[in-house]
Amino acid sequence: MGRYVVRRLLQMIPVFIGATLLIFLMVNVMGDPVAGLCGERQCDPATAAQLKREFGLDKPVWQQYLTYMGNVFTGDFGTAFNGQKVTELMATAFPVTIRLTIVAIVFEVVIGITLGVLTGLKRGRPVDTTVLLLTLVVISVPTFVTGLLLQLLLGVEWGWIKPSVSPEATFSELIVPGLVLASVSLAYVTRLTRTSIAENRRSDYVRTAVAKGLPRHRVIIRHLLRNSLIPVVTFIGTDIGALMGGAIVTERIFNIHGVGYQLYQGIVRQNTQTVVGFVTVLVLVFLIANLLVDLLYAVLDPRIRYA
Amino acid sequence: MRGATHAKWAACAAAVALAATACGGGGSSDSGGGDGSAVLSASWGDPQNPLEPANTNEVQGGKVLDMVFRGLKRYDPKTGKAEDMLADKIETTDSQNFTVTVKSGWKFSNGEAVTAKSFVDAWNYGASLKNNQKNAYFFGYIEGYDKVHPDSGSQSATTLTGLKVTGTDTFTIKLTQKFSTFPDTLGYAAYSPLPSTFFSDHAAWLKKPVGNGPYTISSYTKGSQMKLVKWDGYTGTDKAQNGGVTLKVYTDNNTAYTDLMAGNLDLVDDIPASQLKNVKSDLGDRYINTPAGIIQTLAFPYYDKNWNKSGSEKVRQGLSMAINRDQITTTIFQKTRTPATDWTSPVLGTEGGFQDGLCGDSCTYNPTEAKKLVEEGGGLPGGQVKITYNADTGSHKEWVDAVCNSINNALGNDKACVGNPVGTFADFRNQIGQHKMTGPFRAGWQMDYPLIQNFLQPLYYTNASSNDGQWSNKDFDKLVDQANAETDTSKAIKLFQQAEGVVRDNMAAIPLWYQNGSAGYSERLSNVALNPFSVPVYNEIKAG
Repeated sequence: MGRYVVRRLLQMIPVFIGATLLIFLMVNVMGDPVAGLCGERQCDPATAAQLKREFGLDKPVWQQYLTYMGNVFTGDFGTAFNGQKVTELMATAFPVTIRLTIVAIVFEVVIGITLGVLTGLKRGRPVDTTVLLLTLVVISVPTFVTGLLLQLLLGVEWGWIKPSVSPEATFSELIVPGLVLASVSLAYVTRLTRTSIAENRRSDYVRTAVAKGLPRHRVIIRHLLRNSLIPVVTFIGTDIGALMGGAIVTERIFNIHGVGYQLYQGIVRQNTQTVVGFVTVLVLVFLIANLLVDLLYAVLDPRIRYA
Repeated sequence: MRGATHAKWAACAAAVALAATACGGGGSSDSGGGDGSAVLSASWGDPQNPLEPANTNEVQGGKVLDMVFRGLKRYDPKTGKAEDMLADKIETTDSQNFTVTVKSGWKFSNGEAVTAKSFVDAWNYGASLKNNQKNAYFFGYIEGYDKVHPDSGSQSATTLTGLKVTGTDTFTIKLTQKFSTFPDTLGYAAYSPLPSTFFSDHAAWLKKPVGNGPYTISSYTKGSQMKLVKWDGYTGTDKAQNGGVTLKVYTDNNTAYTDLMAGNLDLVDDIPASQLKNVKSDLGDRYINTPAGIIQTLAFPYYDKNWNKSGSEKVRQGLSMAINRDQITTTIFQKTRTPATDWTSPVLGTEGGFQDGLCGDSCTYNPTEAKKLVEEGGGLPGGQVKITYNADTGSHKEWVDAVCNSINNALGNDKACVGNPVGTFADFRNQIGQHKMTGPFRAGWQMDYPLIQNFLQPLYYTNASSNDGQWSNKDFDKLVDQANAETDTSKAIKLFQQAEGVVRDNMAAIPLWYQNGSAGYSERLSNVALNPFSVPVYNEIKAG
């Protein structure tokens, strides 16, 4: 097990370098960011040259990349154009997005798995059909429609919530945005769990458990669910990274100043340091989430062992 | 009705979720009443640059400077006229040497007195190359600028020789050339005075800027909000009529508008284009749509031979006539733009040099004449014009497509005009800077100060800072020089108008429309207005 973890961690290094290099090249292809800094007019040449020097933009790309990576290992992610340290931006943005992601994952796990188990056990019954139809609707409606609709109904028409989230972005404020963010994944979790449960219900070990006279809830939770969760866990694990990086639409709608917002600003203002810094961290999140998922397999199914 | 079913389902789920955690929300109503102590909230955008007076060149940072700083002059929020603020008097005999007397008794909110030195130090800082101030060129007329801020290489001086402190409250300015309207430019935020703490502890000052205006900053969380409170020690006549302003950063102006509708926000100064259709029924009288000092034009690349040969001015005039400005401003902009008839802005007023109809027939939609002129001028270069714009912000695609449609219809050719989107604003500016334009491109000009000079000289003077198309005309340059040397303001304006006539005769750029400022506010507020820079006059707003 320990060896497996070490090997996985070592594999992260090339992925990490490759991903950052790609992002670095892509942002650089867009041209000279200093050109956009002076508004509708041309920056005066002396100031532009000095800004470029200060941000290291006057050097060749490979040299910029090496300097950047060197700095990253010392925890220095550079400075955004508005004079703020990128680490400072991360310190404000990541906690907010992490809270939003937690809310979304909780919704996925609680509602998704519950509905999945329910429908998996009652396959073909009216409950099953209803939930299937509902998930189909959720999957087919884009997130921004769901978001704007909920914002309008709950925020403006009925006044239950504030349409926008305050800078503090507390958990209670993030419930509706979290639900919106989770909606599509939630539907997938429901469907995955349903299929998995329905399949395993007929398996030998469930029959054995029932024959042993175990109580129904014990059969379902300890035997049936535990074995059916493997595909679901895989999905949720990869979804963590996707939710954190892909919350941009939800964050925009509900005015959440998280990772999506900072990335958007970074791209619009062509701020290499911000974009590369945030993407670097997101790549790490993806990698670690995947590692955790792989480790969880062994917990769920002891037959899976890592050399 | 898939959407409806979905909404119901989602709303139910949300209701369940909310029931579990005691619905958030509830009005944050300030019980200030009408005594001027109530705080209002307003929409804001994240400033692009660090908040320093000489480094702020966009509206969002400008809003804060307008609340926190007062300079020698201030532009009247209604008329745009430059009026003395901290300046007791600014005297000159030759339009080149000025003696400034600063009113005594003014203080920064940290207690430090505002003196002549506060101005001179701030201006020297703003001009100095090592400080990377994006508005440094504002000090370009002052003697010694070329030493402090050379075009290339390193600076050989740290202070401007043209600035001298002659007493606690007096200083002199020497310009490199005659510039009669120079005192009127001093209302721009870049010329604000700075307290000594700005220089001694710069990092702390940037975290919480200290100025001499009617408000002080009580807290600033970068990227999310700034709380400004009324400063009781303010000595100016334009004291704040409310207890303070909380500026909230919005990621999307649609969300700000939704918040206004839900009673969660008091003032939105950027109505989203998609809401313009509903805004009148939503807000009624609480919707403001007033002219701002912004004009939008199509500029041309004069470095490209095709656009700089004899006869090409006829092509440009023809293109201008092929654009149906009335229709586009009504259907696409819902009348938040006014068809342009000159190259300045109505906010200048006729006294200030605005001339309604100066453009004449060339700016009136006339498809038959347009087609004729384009043909006379030798046809479109390469048979097609490509209008270049940035696609990331400002919904430029809509109007560029509309302009092209209008041109295509007038010329009876489906392929006469196409839009040429560029991904980001930075890249757009980049291509302009590198002279890569092959056809007309979007140009927007927001005035720095309400003077006709500001609408002409930076844009059309040979090698001027914003002359992106590299247009050059001796007659125009001569008239501008004469106007700047003229001590009598009204005569100077006349000369500038003559210069504008040269721009018209050559159709140096096609004027499209004047942009309005639009804002909406909640029932709690009254006395809301936008100044000519389309910034709300925060200190005059009453909140109840």
